[in-house]
Amino acid sequence: MSSSIPLLEMRGIEKRFGDVCANKSVDLTLHSGEVLGLLGENGAGKTTLMNVLFGMYSADAGTVRVAGSAVSIDCPADAIAAGVGMVHQHFHLVLRHTVLENLLVGQPSLHGRLNKANVRRRLDEIGERYGLTLPAESVAGELSVGEQQRLEIVKALFRGARVLILDEPTSVLTPQQTEGLFEAMRAMAKEGVGIIFISHKLGEVLDITDRLTIMRRGEVVATLDNDGALSRRQLAELMCGHELEPPRKASAQKGAVLLELKSVGLRGHTGVRERLADVSLAVRGGEIVGMAGVSGNGQKELAEVIAGVIRPERGQVEINGYAVRNANPRMMRRLGLAYIPEDRIGAGLLPSLSLSDSMMLPRFNQHPFSRFGWLNRTAIQDFVREQVKQYGIRVSRHDVRTGTLSGGNLQKALLARELAFHPLVVVAAQPTRGLDVGAVEFVHSRFLELRSQGRAVLLISEDLEELFALSDRILVLYAGRVVGNLCTNGTSVSEVGLLMTGSAAEAV
Amino acid sequence: MRLQLELRPSTPTWFNVVLPTAAILVTLVFCSALIMAAGADIVSSYKAMIVGAFGGRFNLVETMVKAAPLIFTGLAVAVAFRAKFWNIGAEGQLLAGAMAAAFIGAREGLPTWSLAPLMILGGAVAGALWASVPAVLKIRYKVDDVVATLMLNFVMFYLMMALLAGPWKDPLSGYPDSPDIRTAAEFRILWEPTRLHLGVLLAVVTAIIIWVVMNRTTLGFAIRAVGENARAAGHAGLSVGRVVLYTAILSGALAGLAGVGEVAGLHFQVMASLSPGYGYSGIVIAMLARLNPLGVVPAALFFAMVATGAETMSRKTGVPVFLADVIQGSSLIFMLVALLFTTYRVRVRRHASV
Repeated sequence: MSSSIPLLEMRGIEKRFGDVCANKSVDLTLHSGEVLGLLGENGAGKTTLMNVLFGMYSADAGTVRVAGSAVSIDCPADAIAAGVGMVHQHFHLVLRHTVLENLLVGQPSLHGRLNKANVRRRLDEIGERYGLTLPAESVAGELSVGEQQRLEIVKALFRGARVLILDEPTSVLTPQQTEGLFEAMRAMAKEGVGIIFISHKLGEVLDITDRLTIMRRGEVVATLDNDGALSRRQLAELMCGHELEPPRKASAQKGAVLLELKSVGLRGHTGVRERLADVSLAVRGGEIVGMAGVSGNGQKELAEVIAGVIRPERGQVEINGYAVRNANPRMMRRLGLAYIPEDRIGAGLLPSLSLSDSMMLPRFNQHPFSRFGWLNRTAIQDFVREQVKQYGIRVSRHDVRTGTLSGGNLQKALLARELAFHPLVVVAAQPTRGLDVGAVEFVHSRFLELRSQGRAVLLISEDLEELFALSDRILVLYAGRVVGNLCTNGTSVSEVGLLMTGSAAEAV
Repeated sequence: MRLQLELRPSTPTWFNVVLPTAAILVTLVFCSALIMAAGADIVSSYKAMIVGAFGGRFNLVETMVKAAPLIFTGLAVAVAFRAKFWNIGAEGQLLAGAMAAAFIGAREGLPTWSLAPLMILGGAVAGALWASVPAVLKIRYKVDDVVATLMLNFVMFYLMMALLAGPWKDPLSGYPDSPDIRTAAEFRILWEPTRLHLGVLLAVVTAIIIWVVMNRTTLGFAIRAVGENARAAGHAGLSVGRVVLYTAILSGALAGLAGVGEVAGLHFQVMASLSPGYGYSGIVIAMLARLNPLGVVPAALFFAMVATGAETMSRKTGVPVFLADVIQGSSLIFMLVALLFTTYRVRVRRHASV
């Protein structure tokens, strides 16, 4: 595994953004045939470091060596030429093109003709060598998310990548798909590719990596061999620099049904297929119900129906026993609903207005924030100051532009705003996606607190670890239908994972 | 070495003053080339322009009088654009307000004390009604607001021309001029014997009121929230359509007041040449002011200064008066470029050391 000359060597990388030092003399070494985990909270500098390596930013100082020779990487093309490939969280594919055509993009033509036969041969070769097989003539947009990701990896290898950066590759995958990815990663490593694996899921990191580099506040705080003796707790504490309390689920008294959906159906504008079909569910006070599913199977629609943003064509939503007709968001909020949308910025906050503005948004025209149409600045400031303190939102000033906050702080602000006025029902969609360990822990503890206060929580998430840690029951949504209603204690990750892919639904 | 744009974490407040000033300075430098091309001396031309705009009581007052309708239309656009209601129709709303004022001001049956308030109210209502048409079309049928507001300008202009050619034609001269309003309906002159009328004061006071509305009231907050992120505002329980309608009503009323001021303070009648495009200038003024109601006042004064000063300059140096249009137009371009620096800053980027 470790030859004398490392495949990739980054030394003393420095990158500043204004006053902020995103990378402080960072060293990183990657050997051929090795999977290196890169860990750190949001804002720890992982992404900056990888962007420097892939040529999106140029470093203020530092050197990069690939296989012993110094390289100058000023743009992604330089990085690709040096043998560095990156698979981003969001794919860069031409969805209308076939797999083959996606590989052809950017390839030199042969006497004015695209060199299709050659590309096809290379595709088969890569597929065989690393177990990354793909249907060459399929349209990229019709591939599953896992296959699209595989295509991105193949694209990088096709361009001659020896160093492969995978930025949170498992966040979009089901457990089964993740296992497939790991097999491919092992095959690639065996063939001498060096892989940098970025993930927030510590279980996966311990599973797949050979070594770990952990960053905090722009610096490398530890580089460890993954020798099987490491624990998640240990890693999490290194990442956030203090000890963590694992979420503890106290037993809570179950109360009356606070949120109920009765045979909700939604076809939507396209009308091609039902986006929600006959969805019924009930959440009691003092209960967290998890909603599992691969995104795109109706979670967003479900959340928006409950929030009153879209009206279902069939069925009804009841909050605290009150059947809502012709719902709108204002009415649902009046009945005691708090809603944390998946798209925090797009559907929740006001990016270029101040944090105070974002935080008073749902209640700005109510007491105490305003009277007779006049805003009460003092009351608003007091509220924001109090919430900022209580939630530990890190801001320099309260009139800071909302959009400049980090992801974790944005989510805290949103939670603070939604939970401040004691909602009866909380619907949260992907509340911890993209958050670092510390922020995730905080969000989880807030949900458990709501549970012990007798509130009803519907937690929509793709993160099975999270669902299993928090939920009393887990529902599975597949193709707009609830295909599973399981007690958390009586099920397993693999059972839920299977239901998420719809395989069990067909058997029923 | 190359230049690179980098996102700013926050925008310093002094940018609100420095950027428009810088944009105007660049505009003047740019227009110097045109003055040179016209064969005139740059310094004396600009000097003539400044003297023409501010030199002496009458020139100064003319600039202020000219600024009044521009303040109103600038405010109208600033309010609408805050909610992302793209009201290009201040011109038509101004004409609607002017016609309502001319109609009310000529009514013999009304008590004299009620004339001015009724003209103000009537003009505002007329402008608001005219602006609510495209707003309802947008909310109900998703009709594009840019196109609808723009097209309604022409509808209103030709409605006015039809009126002037028919029922409102001057019976004596036969010109397309409406009958004069009653003397008692004329706005009071604040400074005899100049033309400084009540409407000018009204414009400045309105700018302050609109600033208060936008920054201290729930309506202003709703307008800003909807403009910033309509989806988030909707999810938070705001009725986005209703806020857009209120915005249009406020915006149209302000544009209507521009028309009231011109009729009651200056021309005392409606005629074809009532507005030399004040509604359109309002768009540029609002942009120069960065949609800040208080910024609208200096921006409108700048426009008025250029317009009145250019005439003096033209007489003294022979530079065509159309230079005023070039200055006004190019100031928008340079302001838009300057706005880039509020969100980005330029960094000189060296190659990474290897």
